[in-house]
Amino acid sequence: MSVQEKVRIPARRSPRTKAVLSEGKRQERRLGWLLCAPAAIVMVAVTAYPIIYSVWLSLQRYDLKFPDQKEFVGLANYATVLSNGYWWSAFGVTALITVISVTAELVLGMGLALIMHKTVVGRGLVRTSALIPYGIVTVVAAFSWRYAWTPGTGYLANLVTPDGAPLTERAGALAIIVLAEIWKTTPFMALLLMAGLALVPDDLLKAASMDGASWWQRFTKVMLPVMKPAVLVALLFRTLDAFRVFDNIYVLTAGANETSSVSMIAYNNLMKGLNLGIGSTMSVLIFLTVAIIAFIFVKLFGTAAPGSDDGTRR
Amino acid sequence: MADIVLDKVSKKYPDGTVAVHDVDLEIADGEFIILVGPSGCGKSTTLNMIAGLEDISSGELRIGGERVNDRAPKDRDIAMVFQSYALYPNMTVRENMAFPLRLAKMDRKVVDEKVGEAARVLELTDYLDRRPANLSGGQRQRVAMGRAIVRSPKAFLMDEPLSNLDAKLRVQMRTQVSRLQKQLGTTTVYVTHDQTEAMTLGDRVVVMRGGYIQQVGDPQTLYDQPRNLFVAGFIGSPAMNFLPAEAEESLLRTPLGDLPLTDRLRASLARTGPAGGARQLIVGVRPEHFEDAALVEDSQRPKGFEFTAPVDLVESMGSDKYVYFTVEGQRASAADLEDLAADAGGADLPPQDSLVTRLSAESRVRGGADAKVWMNLDKLHLFDPSDGRNITLTEDKPGAHAD
Repeated sequence: MSVQEKVRIPARRSPRTKAVLSEGKRQERRLGWLLCAPAAIVMVAVTAYPIIYSVWLSLQRYDLKFPDQKEFVGLANYATVLSNGYWWSAFGVTALITVISVTAELVLGMGLALIMHKTVVGRGLVRTSALIPYGIVTVVAAFSWRYAWTPGTGYLANLVTPDGAPLTERAGALAIIVLAEIWKTTPFMALLLMAGLALVPDDLLKAASMDGASWWQRFTKVMLPVMKPAVLVALLFRTLDAFRVFDNIYVLTAGANETSSVSMIAYNNLMKGLNLGIGSTMSVLIFLTVAIIAFIFVKLFGTAAPGSDDGTRR
Repeated sequence: MADIVLDKVSKKYPDGTVAVHDVDLEIADGEFIILVGPSGCGKSTTLNMIAGLEDISSGELRIGGERVNDRAPKDRDIAMVFQSYALYPNMTVRENMAFPLRLAKMDRKVVDEKVGEAARVLELTDYLDRRPANLSGGQRQRVAMGRAIVRSPKAFLMDEPLSNLDAKLRVQMRTQVSRLQKQLGTTTVYVTHDQTEAMTLGDRVVVMRGGYIQQVGDPQTLYDQPRNLFVAGFIGSPAMNFLPAEAEESLLRTPLGDLPLTDRLRASLARTGPAGGARQLIVGVRPEHFEDAALVEDSQRPKGFEFTAPVDLVESMGSDKYVYFTVEGQRASAADLEDLAADAGGADLPPQDSLVTRLSAESRVRGGADAKVWMNLDKLHLFDPSDGRNITLTEDKPGAHAD
């Protein structure tokens, strides 16, 4: 049903092309949808169903410790979560980690991308070594950070804070979590940005230097605007990822000293507290936040209008 | 505005290849000079060195009397137009043209004025608020020109600025570029691989090949007095005909027949080689120096040589006719000619054993039949196949050829 509708809509909009192309175009579109169908069905099964189920759970009082008290309570769980100090503290921590780590990753990633882009000698080696952190499993990396910061035995702890235990105070722990995040995902950022750099034509930079632009002006006025779509994609990916930060916190502090992220407390409620109602509510809230972030970014893309600005590439 | 002097400028890459060899060139203030040659001849490298986009390996570059070898492009006060136009896609036409002025921290009012003026000259006023993506090729090209002229720089550098336009537009833009340059009187260095563009635009043309300058001169001189086979074959369309020849006592054996040696040719031969004995040469004749024998005036007739050959093909251009003749015998061969053939991919040069002539439109010559053709011996060039040198050149400047 919906397949046929989708087919007809564009044809109706442009009657001129309909006369010429309709038959072939329609066939092609039908084939397109058929080819998409298996993937779409899998997506529905593994993504749409769990999301809808967790929304359903979030509307109930459902604690596995008291299964008898299961009851539909509407939005009461949301009221509980949203008026709770722990939730907002975790939300603040998550937002802080996201903003700081993504900003730092953008700056460092851009630098790394520029280096990788410019390197002529030993290109492969530079790129490979830059990508190593991203290739290590997050939990393994997190453990190595934890050992490095363990007082007495860790080399970083001995070097930087010989008298303290940074992982046991809130500020220190958060700083280390952010550091671990940055170390881990800057290469990913660099990789995405490097793809963007490749889109900037050489002639454009030459023209800018002829026009009197300094290196910094070339970077800010020519390079960045041209690679803006790539930067936005990189930022979107990283923001969404960073907002769901879990592994590093789980290994480094386990959420002690108010270092929990929203994912962390959702996990604690769901898996440790066995409170399916509250846990699902938190999951749905995380999902909504992430969706809002994505929506804002996509709106930004709309204003950037990628595709309309490739005038110089011929 | 300023003059540009290249003093033994060379470009050597780290891997040892030399792209430009000791180029000496003095470009006068306000002059429109064209660098022309096949791809890989070093013309673009030379331009990039003037621009500062490539380092100069050795030699000195002076703009307006000052050595600028070590100055960054932005400090040389020259503007460049690129083949790809290199317009900033994120800026409107107005912002594109204002970009160099805004970088120079000019007053907003002055910037608006200059951009408006340039837009008027280039007929871009209606497009100022569009983005490059929404412009046609010709308009983009004009914006690129506009961005160069707003600054009133010391010199313009143009790197094949018309190559991305279709044929008709290219001819239009060619006249526009020429007019604009005359109007502004700014020193301009223009790179192209198209000899027609070079001939029609330049005050002077520099023909380059393999990193060496072959000849520098105004278009007519290059056409009439090419210094070597390469220049002779590169300049002119259709290209000059080359025939193998052997000089003897008083005649020149060619596939067309035995040509009498005129005094001029005899003198050239005596000046440039040992007297007596047979000597291998290459004869060069431009297509327009042939004529249908029936149409030659009697007073002209003694100056030339008449021969009969089978007509291969007739192309009527309206104003005149291109007639292709089949010529028996070997083809002229020399290193210069091989370079030319490689550049043209064999397309622009006459095919093997073929002679291109440009006859009057009144000629009754028809394909398939034999025709009697007159050739002007006064305009004939003789080249030495060993080094490509034109030995008939009257004002012979030795040492100009670099091989």
